[in-house]
Amino acid sequence: MKKIVLMGNPNVGKSVVFSRLTGANVIASNYPGTTVDFSKGRMCLGKEGQEIIDAPGTYSLEPSNKAEEVALEMFGQADLIINVVDATNLERNLYLTLQILEQKKPVILALNMWDEAHHTGISIDIKKLEHALQIPVVPTVALSGEGICDLIGRIDEARSAEKIKPMSESERWIKIGEIIRNVQQVTHRHHTLRDWISEASIRPLTGFPIAVAVIFAALWLVSFIGETLITYIFDPIFTLYTPIAMGISTWLGPGFLQELLIGQLIDGQIDYLQSMGLLTTGIYVPFAMVLPYIIAFYSVLAIFEDSGYLPRLATLTDTIFHRFGMHGFGIIPVFLGLGCNVPGVLAARSLETKKQRFIATTLLAISVPCMAKNAMVFGILGPYGIGYIFLVFATLFIVFVSSGLILNRLIKGDSPEICLEIPPYRKPDTITVLKKTWMRIRWFLQEAIPYLFLGVLLINILYTVGFVEWLGGIFAPVIQGWFGLPKEATTALLIGFLRKDLAVGMLLPLGMSPMQLVIATTLLTVYFPCVGTFAVMFRELGIRDMIKATAFMAGTAFVVGGVMRLVLLGI
Amino acid sequence: MEQPISTLEPGKRAVILRLEGGFQFRKKMGDMGIREGKTIRLVAIHPFHGPVVVEVDGRETTLGRRMAEHIITGDPE
Repeated sequence: MKKIVLMGNPNVGKSVVFSRLTGANVIASNYPGTTVDFSKGRMCLGKEGQEIIDAPGTYSLEPSNKAEEVALEMFGQADLIINVVDATNLERNLYLTLQILEQKKPVILALNMWDEAHHTGISIDIKKLEHALQIPVVPTVALSGEGICDLIGRIDEARSAEKIKPMSESERWIKIGEIIRNVQQVTHRHHTLRDWISEASIRPLTGFPIAVAVIFAALWLVSFIGETLITYIFDPIFTLYTPIAMGISTWLGPGFLQELLIGQLIDGQIDYLQSMGLLTTGIYVPFAMVLPYIIAFYSVLAIFEDSGYLPRLATLTDTIFHRFGMHGFGIIPVFLGLGCNVPGVLAARSLETKKQRFIATTLLAISVPCMAKNAMVFGILGPYGIGYIFLVFATLFIVFVSSGLILNRLIKGDSPEICLEIPPYRKPDTITVLKKTWMRIRWFLQEAIPYLFLGVLLINILYTVGFVEWLGGIFAPVIQGWFGLPKEATTALLIGFLRKDLAVGMLLPLGMSPMQLVIATTLLTVYFPCVGTFAVMFRELGIRDMIKATAFMAGTAFVVGGVMRLVLLGI
Repeated sequence: MEQPISTLEPGKRAVILRLEGGFQFRKKMGDMGIREGKTIRLVAIHPFHGPVVVEVDGRETTLGRRMAEHIITGDPE
């Protein structure tokens, strides 16, 4: 089977072209570095099936970060290259094109964002460009699907450019200059509202107030969507479900199955948070408490990603992130990590050095709570007042900042400066946003439900065999003596390794004061990442750095827990 | 007048005369379209030795301050 690889600069729309060609959905956004790994898909062309690979974006064939290394590896395996090029930025994009052509692989060029080029007053002579590069050139608008049929139809015509010989860097730029003069014409255009907003949001004086407003609006939107979904959809569904669950409970009668499926009845009733049965807590936590906020968060995130605001935010946060041994791009793993830490850790691949990636991932693991956990914190601390929720997040923010400052001094290595392309603002497309949100929700359901069930099952078994008592006894000096929490909280910390949302739920029956709940929920973020995050961190960092990171987590949890107890409980 | 892009006034245009640095630096700048002879505009400069935002060929790029200090510009023709 032939391997077709999509290559191109970052943020030119390779992932959108990939989705169009294969029908497979991959996450695409409007910022450089969305794709950090390759995705494979299939396409039928004539009688043969073809394998299509979406590679991370790269500016050249000399990689400067982990994502670009993946791209180069994919290039080596390719039988045919679809070089996706941003038509609004042809000159810069042609550098990679020439490098690819020098390697004598068959290439076809997709001149993407053709509509935007037209709007910005750029006209490109396709025939002349084909002639200059000696390969087929197809204008496309991947977002709308325009030109994709043409691209598929002409893949057979892909060929290697025999006349293009290996060149030095400066020779390439001279050649590109010749091509551009020959094929491209730019008509001057006036400044638009979009340009004005673009500059206002990246300049310090106007940019910071805009950033604060945008983030507050986003937070408000997430909580508004989440609460609305709970009140009008999920809670009514569970009100209908309760009699059914009670029916099952009565039908099962007392015994092991009732314990496992329904759990403890509290005052003869099902308590969805405390019963701990597979059919009660096991489905209530993911569907009624977490899912609404997951939906809310990911729809807002998709709008953020597709608008092109994130690279601007990265610019504004650069100065402060520099103090943490990273640069402004470090805000992107944090943003993704607020949904789920796993994609956050992967996004750190776009950072250039080991030091930066280590700090980004470690900070993520200790101080960026995922949405599943946050939803539970809202649900459990919310009734006591918003002040308690604020305490949790303020503490995590302090942990992030102080750990960043410490790690920057502790970890050896380089911290190169930011060098980030700022994409134009684009209006997020409703269908694309919904599709992307749906993909992530499906992913959450696939990942979360099995672990939640496993967690509930494990809790039941651990209680039955008396493990909880035993473990609580061992950790009592730390949990009780140092953190000021009841020793039963140990089990919650243990279950937190499987699912943090479930672990937060487990704190409720322990009868803790609101301040103790604040300490326990904060520690649930700081002490250790969940198993999924742990696994992907291990893969990204390697065993030595993972041990270092783990030691740092344990140390931080110890200090933070102790300090919180002193400050919040006053004992 | 010869001056690094980081000392320009925001909004002003200039021509890039040279990039002072090794191969890595020149390559990184080249990736962003920042090369000798190009017209460059300073869009924004962030305080506390923060990054600068420049525009070349209608496309904005955020650069660290030290990088910007090594992009030497002259008056536009």
